[in-house]
Amino acid sequence: MKKHNLLSNLYTALVMLFLYAPIAVLIVFSFNDSKSRNTWAGFTTHWYTDLFHDEEIISALVLTLVVALVSSVIATVLGTSAAIGLNKMNKKLRSVFMTLNYLPMVNPDIIIGVSLMLLFTYLRIEFGVGTLILAHITFSVPYVVLNVMPKLRAMDKHIYDAALDLGCNPLQAYFKVVIPEIMPGILSGFVMALTLSIDDFVVSYFVNGPASQTLPLVIYSQTRRRVTPKINALSTIIFIVVLGILVLNNFYSIRKEQQLRGKKGGH
Amino acid sequence: MKENILISLKNVIVEFEDGHRVLKGIDLDIHDEEFVTFLGPSGCGKTTTLRIIGGFAEPTEGDIFFDGVKINGVPPYKRNINTVFQRYALFPHLNVFDNVAFGLNVKKMDKKIIARKVKEMLALVNLSGFENRNINQLSGGQQQRVAIARALINEPKVLLLDEPLGALDLKLRKDMQTELMRIQKSLKITFIYVTHDQEEALTMSDRVVVMRDGQILQIGTPQDIYNEPVNAFVADFIGESNIIDGVMYEDYEVEFAGQAFKCVDKGFALNERVDVVIRPEDIIVGDYETSPISGVVESVVFKGVHYEITVDAHGYKWLIHSTQSQEVGALIGMNVKPSDIHIMKKMEVR
Repeated sequence: MKKHNLLSNLYTALVMLFLYAPIAVLIVFSFNDSKSRNTWAGFTTHWYTDLFHDEEIISALVLTLVVALVSSVIATVLGTSAAIGLNKMNKKLRSVFMTLNYLPMVNPDIIIGVSLMLLFTYLRIEFGVGTLILAHITFSVPYVVLNVMPKLRAMDKHIYDAALDLGCNPLQAYFKVVIPEIMPGILSGFVMALTLSIDDFVVSYFVNGPASQTLPLVIYSQTRRRVTPKINALSTIIFIVVLGILVLNNFYSIRKEQQLRGKKGGH
Repeated sequence: MKENILISLKNVIVEFEDGHRVLKGIDLDIHDEEFVTFLGPSGCGKTTTLRIIGGFAEPTEGDIFFDGVKINGVPPYKRNINTVFQRYALFPHLNVFDNVAFGLNVKKMDKKIIARKVKEMLALVNLSGFENRNINQLSGGQQQRVAIARALINEPKVLLLDEPLGALDLKLRKDMQTELMRIQKSLKITFIYVTHDQEEALTMSDRVVVMRDGQILQIGTPQDIYNEPVNAFVADFIGESNIIDGVMYEDYEVEFAGQAFKCVDKGFALNERVDVVIRPEDIIVGDYETSPISGVVESVVFKGVHYEITVDAHGYKWLIHSTQSQEVGALIGMNVKPSDIHIMKKMEVR
């Protein structure tokens, strides 16, 4: 038993090592006082200060965040409305549209990228922030639908009737009752759209304009010229921010669950 | 209960897209301040009728009137009617106070007035002090009370209740029945109640509407329905009954179980085949030699107030409710008073 335990612990440790070793290296070398990628030359934070003085990176970061926020807000609105509409359809029609919804998700990014590029060219839309946002909305909407749909299906459909019964018109009923009820799904759809957008390289590569380089594109082009540890520093910051959001989110949902459980039966 | 008619359904027909008729022509008048119950097995159309009155479904044909005004096509939020839904349909993201206050908040009523009204309403349903509780912290019975308060705070003229007590245990259900009756009497509004539980219907209602297959079979007071059911289906649904094939010899004389009996019914054709309905509690157990019907006791089950005895007489299983127990296997006699023999026309076979 003990031996078995040791083995399984070792296995877990190995998995963790493989997963996190690259990130650990990245973080360590972001503090390395040398441009070398394999020798340690002492501790420094100057890559971080350099980073914040690099106009190209900072403007790319701002652009990435703007594109991500705008596209995911729009995608969330579109996806949520789509899910509500789909939920009202009869079974046959719904399954047709759900399949259409899944298609872009399984479609390789490169095909989405190329096809969007061709479409924008055909429609003579100038490549830039606009096309980036449009493209990101396109690939985010299906994920929002996917996150909202289960919440709608699980919702007691009588609560919509109840809202009408209590004096709401259909629009009020959605905003006062249905939307709050499916909010967890909407939020997770929004977060997913946000991360997909920040993360995206392939699609953005095809639809960006000369003056609209998102962060992944800038990092890629910089690594092709010269790899500076600034990239390490930037990646470290992104990693820490994402980790922080995840931890907060988990902490919040655990606490909420405890609240629900702790209070139940207490009357 | 007042004389004036509040809600009127005229030949209401509801047909689904696939052509299935859920309601096959409902005619019904409901009075002001009346407690009406739609009673019937599942799928009989009672919930659909309720949804039509509430505005959640539209009749394919026929009209619905509220206070003399036709309200076909008027959406639920413009009807002076509120509903207590099956399984409550409370809003989980709001606490008790906000659930109850919901309707008044939609009307943008003054916050102070809302607070006072919610307080009064929670007192009416015995939930004072529960304002800040979450919905999922409440028991089934408490959720039920919140649902009732949430509907009643809007001061509707009619409250619709769709099997509201179905999810509660027996003891709680009895308590809630009494409480609903008290609330209805004190607020002086019309209650339209849907249930498949005959005992609930008989206990609470001024009038019972018995439905089957999208049609109304009988409308009447609980006493009428129980004592004078129009056919064997109503008789059987309203309470356990012995339903036997019989032949009407002449007025006031019927033959069943191989014997002629005096009865109080007349107006049937000569030798017309009829259903004879006899309540289990109306059968008098006696000596087998002197009684008109005799049989062998098959089982005896103690039910608290009475024993439920099954007797096999020439292949028909008679159900008897008696305060006296019998030996299983014993030969006993059975008799019925003429006034306890209910003769009904054979139901048309659909």
